[in-house]
Amino acid sequence: MSEYCEEDEAIRYSRREFIKRVIASGAVASAATYVYGGLAGCARQGSVPGGVERLVSLNVNGQVRRVDVLPQETLAMTLRYKLGLTGTKLGCDRGDCGACTVMLDDIAHNSCSVLTHSVRGRKVITVEGVRGPNGELHPVQQAFIDELSPQCGFCTPGQVVSAVALLKRNPNPSREQARAALAGNLCRCGAYENYLNGVMRACSSS
Amino acid sequence: MTYKLLGKNFIPPDVVAKVTGEAKYAEDFRADGMVFCRLLTSPMPHALVKSIDVTEALRLPGVVGVLLPDEVTPVPAPNPPILSKEPQYVGQPILAVAAVDETTAQDAIEKIDLDLEPLPFTVDPLQSLHPDGPDARLDGNVGAQGLKLQTLKWTAADFAAADAGHLPMGKSAEDWVYGDVDAGFAKSKVIIDESFVTASNSHHSMEPRTSFAYWQNGKCFVHGSTQSQSFVVPQLAQYIGIKPTELNYISEFCGGGFGSKGTAFPSMAIPALLSKKIGKPVMMRISRAEEYYIGSARNGFQGRVKLGFGADGRLLAADMYIVQESGAHNGFWDFRNAADALSVVYQPESMRWRGVPVYTNTPTRSAQRGPGENQIACVLEPLMDKAARKLNIDRLQMRKVNAPETGSKVGSDRRPVTSAYLRDALEKGAARFNWQERSARSGQRNGPKVTGFGIGQAYHPAGFNGFDGLVRITPDGKLHIHTGVGNLGTFSHSGTARIAAEVLKYDWENCVVERGDSRKHLPWNIGQFGSNTSFTMARTNYVAAMDALKKMKEIAAHDLGGKPDDYDVDGGKVFAKAHPAKHLTYAAVAQRAIDLGGKYTGKELPADINPMTKASATALAGSGLIGVAKDNLPVGGETAAFACAFVELELDLETGRHRIVELLNVGDCGTVIHPMGLETQLKGASVQGVGLATLEHLIFDPQNGIPGHVGLYQARPATYLDLPEKLSTDWVDKPDPTSPMGTKGIGEPPLGAAASAIVCAISDALGGYVFNRTPVKADMVLYAAGELPMAHRPLQVNTQ
Repeated sequence: MSEYCEEDEAIRYSRREFIKRVIASGAVASAATYVYGGLAGCARQGSVPGGVERLVSLNVNGQVRRVDVLPQETLAMTLRYKLGLTGTKLGCDRGDCGACTVMLDDIAHNSCSVLTHSVRGRKVITVEGVRGPNGELHPVQQAFIDELSPQCGFCTPGQVVSAVALLKRNPNPSREQARAALAGNLCRCGAYENYLNGVMRACSSS
Repeated sequence: MTYKLLGKNFIPPDVVAKVTGEAKYAEDFRADGMVFCRLLTSPMPHALVKSIDVTEALRLPGVVGVLLPDEVTPVPAPNPPILSKEPQYVGQPILAVAAVDETTAQDAIEKIDLDLEPLPFTVDPLQSLHPDGPDARLDGNVGAQGLKLQTLKWTAADFAAADAGHLPMGKSAEDWVYGDVDAGFAKSKVIIDESFVTASNSHHSMEPRTSFAYWQNGKCFVHGSTQSQSFVVPQLAQYIGIKPTELNYISEFCGGGFGSKGTAFPSMAIPALLSKKIGKPVMMRISRAEEYYIGSARNGFQGRVKLGFGADGRLLAADMYIVQESGAHNGFWDFRNAADALSVVYQPESMRWRGVPVYTNTPTRSAQRGPGENQIACVLEPLMDKAARKLNIDRLQMRKVNAPETGSKVGSDRRPVTSAYLRDALEKGAARFNWQERSARSGQRNGPKVTGFGIGQAYHPAGFNGFDGLVRITPDGKLHIHTGVGNLGTFSHSGTARIAAEVLKYDWENCVVERGDSRKHLPWNIGQFGSNTSFTMARTNYVAAMDALKKMKEIAAHDLGGKPDDYDVDGGKVFAKAHPAKHLTYAAVAQRAIDLGGKYTGKELPADINPMTKASATALAGSGLIGVAKDNLPVGGETAAFACAFVELELDLETGRHRIVELLNVGDCGTVIHPMGLETQLKGASVQGVGLATLEHLIFDPQNGIPGHVGLYQARPATYLDLPEKLSTDWVDKPDPTSPMGTKGIGEPPLGAAASAIVCAISDALGGYVFNRTPVKADMVLYAAGELPMAHRPLQVNTQ
């Protein structure tokens, strides 16, 4: 509550003035003007009047990233538009499709449905962060190549992250367990079988 | 025939970027000063814009500009406009607002004073054909590409005369006939006459059709999400109002299209036009809900089909009438394709077809994977089973007796198919599936669960011709295959590039596939749709490689003596057949091509190539040995692909749900280029078939014209949980004689084969109950199992 009360002062600034101030501060991620309103549908979803950005520190892919974040901003938008991590895809922006899956403290989440402010102090891993320390592909990524799992590829980052999260908590899942774990990741190309083959290959190789 | 590369698996060059997240789709690009735009869309299914006042919106801080319907390039009706003053469906774009962020743009839209006059509307084609029925457009209710926009009404007598539950059949807009249909029915032992409904369904591409545009040095740059690359350019340039040479189009990755992104679509021009007006880069992100409005869908059918069979199961006569739900604009000609599918898959001795494509106040339709062929498969295959039961013929035999062969005819013009091995596919699939033994268990009960078996078949044309190929060998010895085909996710952009490598005996490691960006100097190629790439692009890459090969031999003869025919290529060298030591390396030949100039390096070009290819080859001239040619190879008829599927499922009569125990999909797809790629097409199509058969449909509120399917959870594409427990594939590896190496496409038929096999298996589990409606939903199964009337009326659309 107090957090939002503090921000009331900023309502007195117009949006343009405020954005100018943010840009002038120069202390934050360069894409600070790409702010975000509710976009899940054609109709206006109702933005938060006078919502202001606050500078926060996030732990993303093992690095501390300082970024200005709006109260209503989702993690997917912060990653894509402020931190340049465009591997996280937006397929529906309402938790239906799983294309935006990231790990929060090793658990898979739809980043379109997580407010960025809520992940302060948590470990965020995106598809860009699952590679090994020397840039080598994660066994899941390699297995997805070997099984020709992706078709159009748009859902693939989400499939990768869901699979990596599964193997973190269960290194030897059954095919049925893998199917259940990835069930929130839609693939319109219908490559489910190849992704499951990939998960099973990855756990046998690692 | 053994090939060095064809028939072997490889890692497509774009797959690594897909698993690492480095693959950039349209929404992943940025430019300095980028602003966002949002669309003001119609809240009414049909209306006239009386006035638009944007004064207040423009005063809002952060708003950069607006784009109004009068400011966009006019598109001739009944094609979908870029922005509309007569919106014809809920969600149709009327204007666009650019602002520093999307929230501001959306706030600005709230401040726009829009005066709309509501007009009559319809979301049911039969309603529009009624004498007093509303028209979806002010200028008519019937039309299609190749069919003049008109007003067509049936008489009250047409409607009154129709039997209850049967499609009324008034005046058609198109028709054709071959053979003596009346005589065919007269000699038939069994006649089936059924009316049916197939629902529209969304393409559900995972990447919404976002586009991003900016202008630099007089050129327009557009990052789009399209299945096709070169094919998009002329039409998109026209939408933007510029010459094709003034457009740089980038679509290296496309997050799914399934027909809905095969060509340029009007909304792509909005950020380009807005960017031109305000002088800033414009990103237009499309939401999932908006994708259901401007993203198009498969056409729905209300139809009737009468089939007459001989005692041996042979189809003697067919008479089909299709009323197509076309959406508000010219969409696609599914209604014609359905007729071709019937004519070729079952080879009726005589056939009549009639069709009426009717506009409705629903989103624009476009081709969806097997447009027409796959819906009608779900109608016809269960009727083949019904006839087989009446004739007491095995269902496999029923299909084999009617199956097409190479040279069999398609459609009203009785064009021959260049190859057809559907019967081989049926035999191969039946053997592998163990159809005879397994299907004997049909109807077996296990508590509330009943086992059912089904066979499905489908067809689609599988290739075009007449496009250009362009390859280049650079002085580093690399072969660059320039392809404008697009990246739908089939990997066939690279699969067909291997045809050129095969001709020139290149190691794949020394090949570079140049694609996805106009600036890579790409030839004029067909789009990546219609199951055509594996045929069309095989031909173009073949002719370009053959041109390169000819030039390589000429250069060797010029430098080393003798005649060009004295030389051959392999192992990175052009060598004298008699004295293999006498040779030039590919690298040296490329350098010599540059030295010799003229045709060898693209400074003289064939006269018959497309201007786009000419411009690309000219830009590349002097950089190596250029192979460039138009595909003038002989055309022997229609290249056709077929597939058949076998299904075992368990239907729960207490819940109406089912579990697919096994689905086997078998393709008739010519020479196999890339086995793993082929397998993913067959499997992916099977999964989409699950959706077409049992899950997906559009639904509109008839009172307000508002859609009830604007989320994935509502429109219901198949998920992991819908996956058949066992999903297998196979194919008939027999070459098509009109493809240089025997290849042809396969993308579409396995979807219809899978979907129709599932519908047949559900029907089988219910003892042969025919639904005549897709998707078959759980409630329909329960009504059928309980021998109760269905909740929907016959021919009703927009049902649950």
